[in-house]
Amino acid sequence: MSRSDVLVDADWVQARLDDPKVVIVEVDEDTSAYEKNHIRNAVRIDWKSDLQDPVRRDFIDQAGFEALLSAKGIANDQTVVLYGGNNNWFASYAYWYFKLYGHGDVRLLDGGRKKWELDSRELVVEVPERAATAYKAQAVDSSIRAFRDDVIAAIGNLNLVDVRSPDEFSGKLLAPAHLPQEQSQRPGHVPTAKNIPWAKNANDDGTFKSDDELRALYQEEGVDLAKDTIAYCRIGERSALTWFVLHELLDQPNVKNYDGSWTEYGSLVGVPIELGAN
Amino acid sequence: MASETIIQGSVTRDGEPVNGYVRLLDEGGEFTAEVPTSATGQFRFFARPGTWTLRALVPGATVDRQVVAAQGEFTEVAIAV
Repeated sequence: MSRSDVLVDADWVQARLDDPKVVIVEVDEDTSAYEKNHIRNAVRIDWKSDLQDPVRRDFIDQAGFEALLSAKGIANDQTVVLYGGNNNWFASYAYWYFKLYGHGDVRLLDGGRKKWELDSRELVVEVPERAATAYKAQAVDSSIRAFRDDVIAAIGNLNLVDVRSPDEFSGKLLAPAHLPQEQSQRPGHVPTAKNIPWAKNANDDGTFKSDDELRALYQEEGVDLAKDTIAYCRIGERSALTWFVLHELLDQPNVKNYDGSWTEYGSLVGVPIELGAN
Repeated sequence: MASETIIQGSVTRDGEPVNGYVRLLDEGGEFTAEVPTSATGQFRFFARPGTWTLRALVPGATVDRQVVAAQGEFTEVAIAV
């Protein structure tokens, strides 16, 4: 797989705003950003109300994903281009869902909303009308999702990449400083995890760093790229971006996102926890 | 407020507020946080005391400002691009 199969630039998107084979989807941390404006013909997926199971702590099931994409007017044979704010943080999380449920062709807009804005490209308020489809999802691809027992088994054996900020990793904070504190019981990190904050994957303008820069970033922090990797953060969204970098851009064969992440691990009874910096 | 360290200000072009982003970088130049500017060009960070770099990103320009923030104070920064 090459970079262009998973990542497209703003010119590529600009040229396909009216292409019936392409669906542009905005997914933002700030779910109201779409209402302010968005790329013309883009639809919105809300990471909170659309992608989470309304009762259990889990993501939506296969039938739920089919219903969501059908209602959004997204068909199996269309190319889905995801974008959002904050270096594509939540767009990457949605990308991981599309891969979990086996969508054929899904890509990220490099730089996301920020790059589009900094380029002074067109943004509109008009919401497109799309006819409903009959979307068929595949069974969940569990090879890209880690559960808590996978994480415990990985301690000292596989790469564990903790992508939270240094203050969360060391145990000074339980959540990023600008967010509500959805708390785990205990601060800290999984023993042997390397702390490589997710934002290090991106340039100032939100585009991803080059493959060589990214490879060097992980190797310099002690990640053995010959081994399998589990990435985690607090609730599995920032780590979906790191999963994208390792699995999709750098073609690492076995990378899992642990979406239970620290809010689960830091509340488990009896598991090992480490405090302090890398 | 007494315990907080706030860095705030505005980004303007020819005296008019401009929409863009402000990044907060630590002493080592490492990324710490980013916010979009408000409709009136304002931004605000809750930081810790120390030396910081503010990097304003707007269409066609990138401008850096060094600031020293102290606990319990508002550090006001006007960035013209």
